Amino acid sequence: MSGRLLALTIVVVTAVLITVGTLWPIQSASAMAGTGPTSLNGSSGSASPQAAAQSLLQLISRRNWGAAYASLANKSEFSEAEFVRDLTGSYTSLRSYATLEGFDLSPLRAASEEAQFQASLNWSSVVGTFQDVRTLRVIKAGERWQVAWPINREAKIPPQVIPVNYLRWDVIYRGAEDDWGAQDVESPHVRIVAMHPVDRGGGTVILGELMNEDVVPAFVNVKATLLGKDGSSIATEDSFEKICHVLLPKQVTPFRIDFRNVRLSQVDNVRIEPSSILAAASADPVIGVESQKLNPLPQPSLSGQLVNQSGQVVNITHVLGTFYDNRGQIIWVSDQYANRALLPQTPVAFAVSYPADLADKINNYRVVTSTFTVGRFQ
Amino acid sequence: MKQRAIVLLTVLLIAGFDLARAAGRTGLQVPKTVEAGNAFTISTNATVKAALYIVSPAQVLRRDVQPGASVVLAEGDLHNAGHYLALLVTPSSTEKAEFDVVASSQTTAVSFLAKPSRLPVNLPEGISGVAYVFDTFHNLVLKPGPVTFQLSDAGGAAQTRNVATRNGVAWVKMNSAPKAGPAQFQVDTGGVANRRVVQQVPGDPCNLRMSAKRSGERVVLETEPVRDCSGNAVSDGTVITFTQTYNGRSEATVDVPLKRDVARTELPAREGSVISVATGVVMGNEIRMGDVR
Repeated sequence: MSGRLLALTIVVVTAVLITVGTLWPIQSASAMAGTGPTSLNGSSGSASPQAAAQSLLQLISRRNWGAAYASLANKSEFSEAEFVRDLTGSYTSLRSYATLEGFDLSPLRAASEEAQFQASLNWSSVVGTFQDVRTLRVIKAGERWQVAWPINREAKIPPQVIPVNYLRWDVIYRGAEDDWGAQDVESPHVRIVAMHPVDRGGGTVILGELMNEDVVPAFVNVKATLLGKDGSSIATEDSFEKICHVLLPKQVTPFRIDFRNVRLSQVDNVRIEPSSILAAASADPVIGVESQKLNPLPQPSLSGQLVNQSGQVVNITHVLGTFYDNRGQIIWVSDQYANRALLPQTPVAFAVSYPADLADKINNYRVVTSTFTVGRFQ
Repeated sequence: MKQRAIVLLTVLLIAGFDLARAAGRTGLQVPKTVEAGNAFTISTNATVKAALYIVSPAQVLRRDVQPGASVVLAEGDLHNAGHYLALLVTPSSTEKAEFDVVASSQTTAVSFLAKPSRLPVNLPEGISGVAYVFDTFHNLVLKPGPVTFQLSDAGGAAQTRNVATRNGVAWVKMNSAPKAGPAQFQVDTGGVANRRVVQQVPGDPCNLRMSAKRSGERVVLETEPVRDCSGNAVSDGTVITFTQTYNGRSEATVDVPLKRDVARTELPAREGSVISVATGVVMGNEIRMGDVR
């Protein structure tokens, strides 16, 4: 009896939700679904400023660049190619393969001939989401409204030859026909130079730093096992992407290992197992991290600019921030990916967030980067 | 008289038993020790057709034996050193004998383990070498013999140690040289040699120092050639970290790999900031931006 009642309840609630969603859809959902009141005949504009902005963002989410560009009020200021490059990046980067999974429009001001909205574009990429915030100016042209797109022109590198002292390591391993006594190349020696377990959000987080103390590059990872009071293993995790995996000689990386379902009070001991293997690697590119600063609440973050000091385009940059208290102890590690390619000598902004409750405890910080360049291993 | 008769009877009885046993005996005679790979003969004096089995943990042989004939094992038939059992089986009896096959005293191969393959310079007893001495048939030569270990560094200087094998194994520990570079680690015994390469690499940097020069809104930072405490150039690719702090907080950081012994980078020339240099856990000097011209 209770099962039938439950089934009936689910059916009724579902029907009600479908009805509500159809009659009063949220703006971004209706726009993404293409069922909103907005018109899609881009070039002719929309009946209201909000509809014009929604229509444009909807076209962008469908990657219908031609129609999106045609709907703009300021087409004369840039070409369609520049518009597309603004959204997807001039060079291969996270943006190139990201999709606009949603957006929020907040009205900033409205007048009879012009309105302004803040558009938060939520892009989805293989390494998570990133947000792109733009201020959209919507202009009335006749009876219709059209968006003036705030074009963000990426810097172009002038044609030039940049000499690079190319330094890389290659590895020759022992062969199958070698005598059994022939030694193989030694794995790089790495060392944990700091480790600090913290209780956070009902789970345990292991924070630390790992150094490559060898003279060859290493591909590293850190595995941690939490041990209970009776010495038994409670859980095992590894640092996954919260680490810089390729370490050059004497380079130090932070790492963070999250155990979401284990309280620190349950843990008696932590077994840390760093692993390292030889990796073919390159000493380039060099990324400078400049203009670092802590941003206050409500969205606490460590921001700055990444400057590619080498002569090649860096497609993906992973930024890892380590936060220390006034005793020099690590209190947090967080990361972020730059969504644009790093062109030589061209600053790209980044912001690594940290928990708001740590804002008063952070005394210093350190930023490291790891990079990936298309067409080249490391 | 009676006692003499009892003794005589006993002697006859024992002799009778012995003669009776001899009638069915095959007379299996093997050498006590045989050198691996050598030919040798097993005499049997069998009176009937028999089968000879030679068994060891590594090898089993079977030979047919004709009455009164000996069995000749050719060169190389028995080549695994160890303890052997010979069994002569006739339809009515089985006779057994035991013997040992020992490794040849002639060394023909040496396996050489050298660890590690890479280590910092000036490390006492940091390199270990272990030599296993084998004969032609890869039997460990258990008889003690002299082994020479020689470690020659890139500059030509050599350390030599002479060690005797114990149970076929000889080992040494040697110091890494003060000069970086590939060292040739060679073992030599009985005219047989084997060689490994041990990479002796520079140690931690010593006296890390940088200089700064203004270039408009930027400051160009460059280290002096980075060397370890023995004067070896630190390996190219070693990361040197330049950190610019302002009011005690990090404002700019850049990890620069050494190229041709120096690391070079640029940072914003902010007045009042302090720039420090470090590599790994080794700190270098600091420069205050107000002092830079």
